[in-house]
Amino acid sequence: MTTTVNSPNPEQREALGARLRHGREAVAQRWHHAPRWVRWVLLAAVIVFFYALPNKEFYQYLGPIPTPGANFTQVLFTVSIYVLMAVGLNIVVGFAGLLDLGYFGFFAVGAYTVAVLTSPSSDIKTLWPWLLVVPIAIALTMVSGVMLGTPTLRLRGDYLALVTLGFAEMIRIAAVSSPFLKGQRGFNQIPHPPGQYSDGKPIFGVLDARPYYWLVLTLIIVVVIGVRNLTHSRVGRAWISIREDEDAAQLMGVPTFKFKLWAFAAGAAIAGLAGALFAGKQNFVNSQNFELLNSIIILAAVIFGGSGNIIGAIVGGGLVAYMIERFRGIELFGVELYEYRFLFFGLVLVVMMIFRPQGLIPNRRRAAEFKDRRKEVTVGE
Amino acid sequence: MLLEIDDVSLLYGRIQALHGISLTVEEGEIVALIGANGAGKSTTMRAISGIRPVASGRIRFAGEDITKLRADLRVRRGLCQAPEGRGIFPGMTVLENLDMGAYTRRDRAGIAQDLDRVLNLFPRLAERRKQQGGTLSGGEQQMLAVGRALMSRPKLLLLDEPSMGLAPMLIQQIFTIITEINEQGTTILLVEQNAQQALARAHRAYVLETGRIVKSGTGQELLHDPSVKDAYLGVA
Repeated sequence: MTTTVNSPNPEQREALGARLRHGREAVAQRWHHAPRWVRWVLLAAVIVFFYALPNKEFYQYLGPIPTPGANFTQVLFTVSIYVLMAVGLNIVVGFAGLLDLGYFGFFAVGAYTVAVLTSPSSDIKTLWPWLLVVPIAIALTMVSGVMLGTPTLRLRGDYLALVTLGFAEMIRIAAVSSPFLKGQRGFNQIPHPPGQYSDGKPIFGVLDARPYYWLVLTLIIVVVIGVRNLTHSRVGRAWISIREDEDAAQLMGVPTFKFKLWAFAAGAAIAGLAGALFAGKQNFVNSQNFELLNSIIILAAVIFGGSGNIIGAIVGGGLVAYMIERFRGIELFGVELYEYRFLFFGLVLVVMMIFRPQGLIPNRRRAAEFKDRRKEVTVGE
Repeated sequence: MLLEIDDVSLLYGRIQALHGISLTVEEGEIVALIGANGAGKSTTMRAISGIRPVASGRIRFAGEDITKLRADLRVRRGLCQAPEGRGIFPGMTVLENLDMGAYTRRDRAGIAQDLDRVLNLFPRLAERRKQQGGTLSGGEQQMLAVGRALMSRPKLLLLDEPSMGLAPMLIQQIFTIITEINEQGTTILLVEQNAQQALARAHRAYVLETGRIVKSGTGQELLHDPSVKDAYLGVA
């Protein structure tokens, strides 16, 4: 930070002052100015930390972090699924700027595809192995995304939110009342992912949630690398331009409809993957897994973390899912806090939207768009 | 004939915004479209660039019927609009905005050349190349919108209210640049409330009133036309 001392330019000094006023920005600055190897080492440390996290030998030293009221490794699995979905929804909401209120519906399509094609309680009794069905589940969710998007993405704004909301509710009601989807009784004995240790025991069993968590964590890393590459390509530029100003994007020759549909389908595919992973771990899928609230939580998590920013989505998804579980087993004045978890959640969201609408870790562009919109409101009255 | 609009009508819901508009733009011209607020100037632009579908009539561009062509494909044909006011990408830097203008192009060398040209035309933008679009002043944003449209190397440049909200000195400057762009070989169709400047610079012009073209002629003719003077030039 030697530049601070000998910067003669008042403009520069002012910029620096603004920088220091915002602690987070200062951190971000330091991150961006750090040498490449420092960044890699830090990143590697974070990744190693999260791989080590589900081991009791490790997390027992982490003080209040492990959840008192629930098996910590199980919680971590749930959290990782939420993070994966947050990364997927971030493409739709954060990059392309499309408000999807029924994202969990795609998760359900993924989970039910696996259930129907693998479970012995399914009517069609194909009993296919889990691994074979995963790509089918992803493909089907993509198709459902395209089917839902084709008529609605031509419209702007609120319509999409309403239609996606309806979609998720349709899937849920189909799950509850269609005899083919078995309602409450659900599908059991869904096979686990394949693989066994050298002593013949399966890697992905019933009791130990760690392998599932590691699998999801690995997939998150793969997906994040993929999404990052996408956003730095022409596709990403097109998405960002659509989010910032759809008319202008079109006037620059961006085929907006096509790219919105792509964002929608890519997001859906990731949710489908998450659903397939969930079904493979749970061994059991029924209609109770797919409440509307889940869609809202994922969306809130993305916005909370900072939509448009992959790291923000990861942090948001992780924190929200984790905090909800963290309340379990804590009593205050004889009241189980877990019962009130959504009250706190709502409160935090309201406070966030007042003081930091761009999210915890906002995207640099996103912050400017928020400012611009506010200006527009005041200018246009 | 570069652009030919024949009897175009356009509806916003049940409200008819354009009532059978016909106009032409020849290659190399600056054509101005003037009229009061709500006369349908911007709507005409939207019909030409393809942001709004037309209800009836035809639009031909460079000999091809583009009435039903998607907006992004019109850009590929060489028709590019600088949208009115804040039509820039606020979160992108000046350079990123200009880069978006070249979205349809793949010729790196040509893009670099055009970038130089735009930064030469607008030295202000060169100074602020790393600054986010949303942080620019109104005039700078306007320049950015024009520069970005130029980056697509259009045959026909559509300018929607390039002087809107600008200080008089800046208005003068932006019109000088428009003339310069035209002299470098780009045909321009220009929508303006600032009739004085637009008519002085334009080869030909049309006057739009409640969705109809009520008058047309050369810029000079209209500049000295008593009824135009009364209605749009604000002189007694």
